[in-house]
Amino acid sequence: MKNMTVKVLLAVLALALGAFALTGCGKDGDVIKIGFNLELTGDIPKVGEASKFAAEMLKEDINAKGGLEVGGKKYKLEFVYQDNEAKAESAVNAALKLITQDNVVAIIGPNSSKQAIPAGGACNDNQTPMVSPWSTNPDTTKDRPWVFRAAFLDPFQGPVAANFAAKQFGAKTSAVLFDIANDYSKGLAEIFKTEWEKKSGAGTVVAFESHGTKDQDFSAQLTKIVAAKPDFIFVPDNYNQVALIIKQARDLGYKGPFMGSDAWGSAELMTLCGKECIGQFFSTHYAAAGAQGATKEFIDRYNEKYKYVPDDVAALTWDATRLVLQAIQEAGKVEKDIKTERKIVRDALANIKEFAGITGTMKFHGTGDPDKCAVVVQISPEGKFEFKESVCP
Amino acid sequence: MQKHTFTITMFAGMAVLAVLAQLGVINQYLQSVIMLMGVNIILCSSLNLVNGYMGEFSCGHGGFMCVGAYASSLVTVLCFSKNHILGAPLLPDSLALLAFPLALAAGAAVAAVAGLVVAVPSFKTRGDYLAIITLAANYIVISAIDNLEIIGGPRGFMGMNATVNAMNDLVQIPWMLLWVLGGTLFSVWILRRFVSSTLGKGVPAIAQDEIAAEIMSVDTNRMKLIAFMLSSGLAGLAGGLFAHILGYVNPHSFDIMKSTEVMVMVYLGGMGSLSGATLSAVLFTVLLEVLRPLEIWKWVVIPLLLILLMQFRPEGIMGNKELSDLFPKLKKYYSFK
Amino acid sequence: MEFFQHVLNALQFGSFYALIALGYTLVYGVLRLINFAHGDIFMVGAYIAYFVAIMLLGADGVAAGAGLSPGLTLAITVPVTMILTSLVGVTLERTMYRPLRRKGADRLYVVITALMAGLILENGNLALLGASRKSFPELLQKVVWTFGGVSVTNLKVIVIVAAVVVFGLLQFIVTRTKIGMAMRGISYDKFAIPLMGIPLDTIIVFTFILGSSMAGLAGILFAMSYPILEPYMGALIGWKAFIAAVVGGIGDIRGAIVGGFLLGFIEIGVVAVFPSTLRDLFAFSVLLGILWLKPTGLFGVAKTTKI
Repeated sequence: MKNMTVKVLLAVLALALGAFALTGCGKDGDVIKIGFNLELTGDIPKVGEASKFAAEMLKEDINAKGGLEVGGKKYKLEFVYQDNEAKAESAVNAALKLITQDNVVAIIGPNSSKQAIPAGGACNDNQTPMVSPWSTNPDTTKDRPWVFRAAFLDPFQGPVAANFAAKQFGAKTSAVLFDIANDYSKGLAEIFKTEWEKKSGAGTVVAFESHGTKDQDFSAQLTKIVAAKPDFIFVPDNYNQVALIIKQARDLGYKGPFMGSDAWGSAELMTLCGKECIGQFFSTHYAAAGAQGATKEFIDRYNEKYKYVPDDVAALTWDATRLVLQAIQEAGKVEKDIKTERKIVRDALANIKEFAGITGTMKFHGTGDPDKCAVVVQISPEGKFEFKESVCP
Repeated sequence: MQKHTFTITMFAGMAVLAVLAQLGVINQYLQSVIMLMGVNIILCSSLNLVNGYMGEFSCGHGGFMCVGAYASSLVTVLCFSKNHILGAPLLPDSLALLAFPLALAAGAAVAAVAGLVVAVPSFKTRGDYLAIITLAANYIVISAIDNLEIIGGPRGFMGMNATVNAMNDLVQIPWMLLWVLGGTLFSVWILRRFVSSTLGKGVPAIAQDEIAAEIMSVDTNRMKLIAFMLSSGLAGLAGGLFAHILGYVNPHSFDIMKSTEVMVMVYLGGMGSLSGATLSAVLFTVLLEVLRPLEIWKWVVIPLLLILLMQFRPEGIMGNKELSDLFPKLKKYYSFK
Repeated sequence: MEFFQHVLNALQFGSFYALIALGYTLVYGVLRLINFAHGDIFMVGAYIAYFVAIMLLGADGVAAGAGLSPGLTLAITVPVTMILTSLVGVTLERTMYRPLRRKGADRLYVVITALMAGLILENGNLALLGASRKSFPELLQKVVWTFGGVSVTNLKVIVIVAAVVVFGLLQFIVTRTKIGMAMRGISYDKFAIPLMGIPLDTIIVFTFILGSSMAGLAGILFAMSYPILEPYMGALIGWKAFIAAVVGGIGDIRGAIVGGFLLGFIEIGVVAVFPSTLRDLFAFSVLLGILWLKPTGLFGVAKTTKI
């Protein structure tokens, strides 16, 4: 009896293995397949979800018009989503699956650098173009001719925040609170510190404190920061933690201003943080309030469809996907052989010198990293992110 | 004859896989899945030595994997790739083939030494208190690497691809696949040799009754030391392979989630069964890949499946039996000791 | 002044560790089962409190809201949440743990089942409610008292008092009542207890009710102090509270409360004295050191091994 169960289990296992080996065999006609390697589960599901929503919206747009026109012929778009569980090894597998099983022309994502760096390596080795919408770590695209990104790099954003705060608050001293387990947050904090001390002299960053990714209590760090009496606090952190940090700082008697980074730019910031966040500043990719033209159109439609104002990941995914689509169009024809097709798409991508995205104009200089402007926004009493200043490289 | 059939089959299987991969019949994705399967088999069978055979409850296996991954990566990056902190490569590329196994061994050795942190307290304590020690060790390893700026901290560490590329430059065959398969075979083989040796019989004896084992002249402290160090050393080997498959490591890939994943595989397979550990590692890896289209629901379905499995087989897939115990006829064809 | 502020902070966060650790220790004390789903039951408690509160307040666009005042809402939310959360705990026990126990499965298989149950709660929540985080409504008018540079909110005081009261209550139940005696009896000998005419399953269900309702209470207080809810909020604090419970000596109620506060003090103390990047490294090294010196925790009794 017992042995029977085992045998049945083994049979099921064998079947599963067989089915697994057979998946992914299919033939397609006039469609262009693009893969998405997203963080749909794991630590940051909201990021993956926003990316997926933006991509779906773009796909519906283009398919409603009959498809993407390449060389006088219309091709339907097919987007394949793979979940990378916000894990490095899973991101590599997802990328390889998209490349070899799903036969996609190009891959969008992963967003976070922890997944984008190894996945970028896999894409580069297998000669498939990849565009990461959100990754800010220089290693993602470094020495990888097949990997591109749509976001600006941290070494650009840090000085923007430092210069703006010095001017706006007339600040002489600053404090930093960052997430040690998050390479984005840590990198930005360090760049900010170097930049600030270069401007205002050594020792003017009076407190430099860190916390863990899933922490909810920051009272110890904030007590130290408040005791050091900084003119303002720089918080390069995700919006959910920002909401808690600002509330707790106020509880501990801190009355000064905060300065943030692009990770604040989520519609959820205001629902989570409420009135405590009003009047704070942060640097980001685009200002949702007061946006014009294509940006406004994107925000309004996204808001209508998914019932919230899109955050920067959604906008950057939209831009990254459109960048790839433009490259496919500029390649002029769709090759039957997927390898050649990838090659011409990558060459076309590398040839794009300037791209007008909804997150601003990107200029490429052959490295896969765009030069683009950062904006500083202020949170208005209505909870809108209002344009304050634009800084270009 | 049956003494050798197992070895022959295994090596033949390895050769067939390598040839298929070389000819492109198995694509990159399947290769990557097979490699991660191998890593999982090593992890699962090595943890099985402690959690299954010895009956302890270690839940920080990811920490040792992390130590091994970083140690072996440091060696290969130091030797074969240009790093902005560690400087120019020390060795010429042609030595990569020779140095790579040594780097893996170094990673395993460092992880085995790290295993002492857990092994020494296990002399005095066991059960859930030991579980906490392993858990704390896992947290400590990750936090320490987060603070080590020279190896990238939370940004992660990369440059291992240079070694793999150097091996490919010598002869163009799927080297990593071969190394992983070799490592997997080695691990399972050494564990099998160990638990079926006279010395290794002491390990299940400790699980049954520590005092009785001591009376029967088992040196329990020595046994624990060997078992923990072997287990963490093999986890380090798995870590080294994992790092070179991905070409990039990040301390948070080895956090408590990784450890629980390995733990789940061990109990899924059955405590104290090497074939169970292997089977469940294969099953688990395949499940993770096959259920990818479910997206968010995947992580609801997998735990649900495992819970159901445990309701129907509360001792894991294989219990504490091996494949040849369940299918006695197999004994005619092979023996694996 | 900074010192007193740190002490207060540590007391508050230690209270949360202690409240959750109490749940671990209760179940462990009776069943020798590490209920790894406990951190997630705590998360479910916070979500239940959220839904009950917005239903009653009529906030967040819930049309059917009763439109009660925040104070009344809080008074109703606390018992309702505790009852509903204990239902979740009992459901887990009835559907997953008890069948395994009946089959005589190894204790660790029950532990793994608990781990899986936790994963289902986390990811089921994510799949059903989506990735958006929830913002807990303010049920208590926040008052900040400042004594010469030390700030305390009324909520912090409530949290600390709640932890101490719960500890007192549980200590009373376990040591002074008949049902408490039965609970201690089960942990001593699971097979003799039914022979004494004590209904084993009823006592176990009662234990789960007690432990889970404490998790529910912790969930409400946590949601009020840190008003951002997400599916994974219980995972990290759950693991840490488990560590606290073991360091205190698992199975002993005094151990849970001491361990919880100890972990709070160590974590905040490390941040206060050293660079905060070293927090986890130092905090866990200290805990490891404690277990090296006292291998069965601070209050734990070494299990006598049979010969």
